[in-house]
Amino acid sequence: MKTDIILAGVGGQGILSIATIIGQAALDQGLYIKQAEVHGMSQRGGDVQSNLRISSNPIHSDLIALGTADVIIAMEPMEALRYQPYLGKDGWVITATSPFVNIPNYPDIQAINAALDSLPHVVHIDIESLAKANKMPKAANMILLGAAADALGMDFELLRQAIRTVFAAKGDAIVDMNLQALTIGRENKG
Amino acid sequence: MKKLLLGDQAIAQGALDAGLSGVYAYPGTPSTEITEYIQLWHRSHPDTYVHDRWCTNEKTAMEAALGMSFAGKRALVCMKHVGMNVCADAFVNSAVTGVNGGLVVLAADDPSMHSSQNEQDSRFYGKFALIPILEPSNQQECYDMMAYAFDLSERLRLPVLMRIVTRLAHSRAVVNIADSARPQNALSDPADAAGWVLLPVRARRKYSELTAAQPTLQEASAGSPFNKASKEPKASKAVIAAGIGYNYLMENYPDGAPFPVLKVSQYPLPVDAIRALASQSDELLVIEDGQPFIEEQLLGLLPIKTVIHGRLDGTLPRTGELNPDNVKAALGLASAQTFAPSATVVGRPPALCQGCGHRSVYEALNRVLADFPSSRVFGDIGCYTLGALPPYQALHSCVDMGASITMAKGAADAGIFPAIAVIGDSTFTHSGMTGLLDAVNENSPITIIISDNLTTGMTGGQDSAGTNKFEAICRGIGVADEHLKVVVPLPANMDEITRIIREEIAYKGVSVIIPRRECIQTLARHTRQKKQQS
Repeated sequence: MKTDIILAGVGGQGILSIATIIGQAALDQGLYIKQAEVHGMSQRGGDVQSNLRISSNPIHSDLIALGTADVIIAMEPMEALRYQPYLGKDGWVITATSPFVNIPNYPDIQAINAALDSLPHVVHIDIESLAKANKMPKAANMILLGAAADALGMDFELLRQAIRTVFAAKGDAIVDMNLQALTIGRENKG
Repeated sequence: MKKLLLGDQAIAQGALDAGLSGVYAYPGTPSTEITEYIQLWHRSHPDTYVHDRWCTNEKTAMEAALGMSFAGKRALVCMKHVGMNVCADAFVNSAVTGVNGGLVVLAADDPSMHSSQNEQDSRFYGKFALIPILEPSNQQECYDMMAYAFDLSERLRLPVLMRIVTRLAHSRAVVNIADSARPQNALSDPADAAGWVLLPVRARRKYSELTAAQPTLQEASAGSPFNKASKEPKASKAVIAAGIGYNYLMENYPDGAPFPVLKVSQYPLPVDAIRALASQSDELLVIEDGQPFIEEQLLGLLPIKTVIHGRLDGTLPRTGELNPDNVKAALGLASAQTFAPSATVVGRPPALCQGCGHRSVYEALNRVLADFPSSRVFGDIGCYTLGALPPYQALHSCVDMGASITMAKGAADAGIFPAIAVIGDSTFTHSGMTGLLDAVNENSPITIIISDNLTTGMTGGQDSAGTNKFEAICRGIGVADEHLKVVVPLPANMDEITRIIREEIAYKGVSVIIPRRECIQTLARHTRQKKQQS
């Protein structure tokens, strides 16, 4: 198996935590992974992405080629759209619905959604409202991961186990909240 | 043992396992995480002595590491590519003195300029200094090469340059690491004590020895476990793939390329292997990240039978990093079908954080300078370079570490008024202090703003060498007390800040204004840490 994932968002939105959980789940399965990240100046409120590649065979390139990503997971709708040239023709897009507006010329959100809906498989999920309603504002990214679980083709229990491993040091309450967030995301992806 | 590591972290772990006694570095993307990893490791190994404090700049780092090598111990110097320019004097001469304990210089290049001002390729520095260069292609090699590099350095008695690129520095993969570390070297005297005093008479001898050692370096490349040639028969083309370029090649041929391939990860170029490759094909494609370092060496000036393709003939783009797509095209392979970039998407450039003190500095500066249309503001390297972008558009230059002060001085010499310099605290101690002395000695009519956020902000909040010392430093250099002002950059203080800027512009000599407020990123981190402790 081979899954190429692009994680997209704005600096500070927590895409690397999503990558860490998927990466941990892949490691637990004994899979190969490569995860290219963005550090440095662009983290200051600019667009950021991470290329996460998982495979049962050794992986050479740290970067994903155009038109070959299986899944785009985005914390923000315009950032989802930014990477569509990387999406494979049968690929999935899982995106949060709330725009992150930190630029004066942010496009019309209807136009962004219309463009996203022209892609083959798109899941829009309002992680912000779900996180608020469930009193877990810091776990919005895990809600998004839950919504992406099926598209990733990963065993849900493995993702749960990865959350337990990664958040273990932060205590049971944090682990439970993130597990709950994962489930909420899976159940609310429409 | 297996560990998921960034390329940078694999280098750090490899160095620790190779018996490292000290890392010397100034933060710089994409090299910062090497030193940070060693600092973190140190917290769980408090009884092991490994030097890991940040240095003031790359030159002090290089020289301190050379001192540690002189004493017989293994030292690592890390920097981003442009740091090589800063330490070049010490770096080039360290090849002439040679080393005692192993000395590895790690340069992290940034093709595509993700966080940099140029695309210079550090391999040229290695060739220039006549020393071996290593160029890992993946995270495992990052780890494995460190022990190899220190051994090679001690065997050849020369520093070794290791060159990586952003995509390797900042990409994670599982790395097999050793279960135990090699012990650190004991103190020892250098074998050739006289050779460390580079008086011309001795430097001439040492330089002759260095040039005479080149065939040995060539043999080391020929026998390197990291250079390898595939055994494919003659074909219409053959490929030389260097460092990370090898990955992009193999991505397209997971079961092996159907033509001869020479993987190059150690320099000087393995000449015999290249000649053998050229005998297998009339066309050579060179896949290397950065500048056409190998390609130019192959081309020379006169016509040769072999046709060379690469960045110079346009087979690969002349600028920018390699990626799976441009390598695919260079190999003549078709790209996947793609969805065209969406016309709806707009750029989202990085910006100063909301609540950042630099914002108040630019706000104040713009208010005052609205009355001085002839003013020019010389910027520097750091988060505050973002003041060049909207909404502030406050800067007229950003060139290199420290250039704000010296360019403002030169512009003032030429007659520009007001000439203003904006520099951060860490950049000021890195390379601004000497420029300030020039300005003070001539009492140049410039206003210098040292925007002090108590940290090295852009690289993620590392210690800043001059914290709590800036007034003393400026006074010591000779800035007059009455023209050395400290303000707190908050919107509430705008009247005071603008008044002071106006007064200091009116003064026809050197003024220093220090707006001081902690970086909001490190402030948030420190608040979190305090909360956890209580």
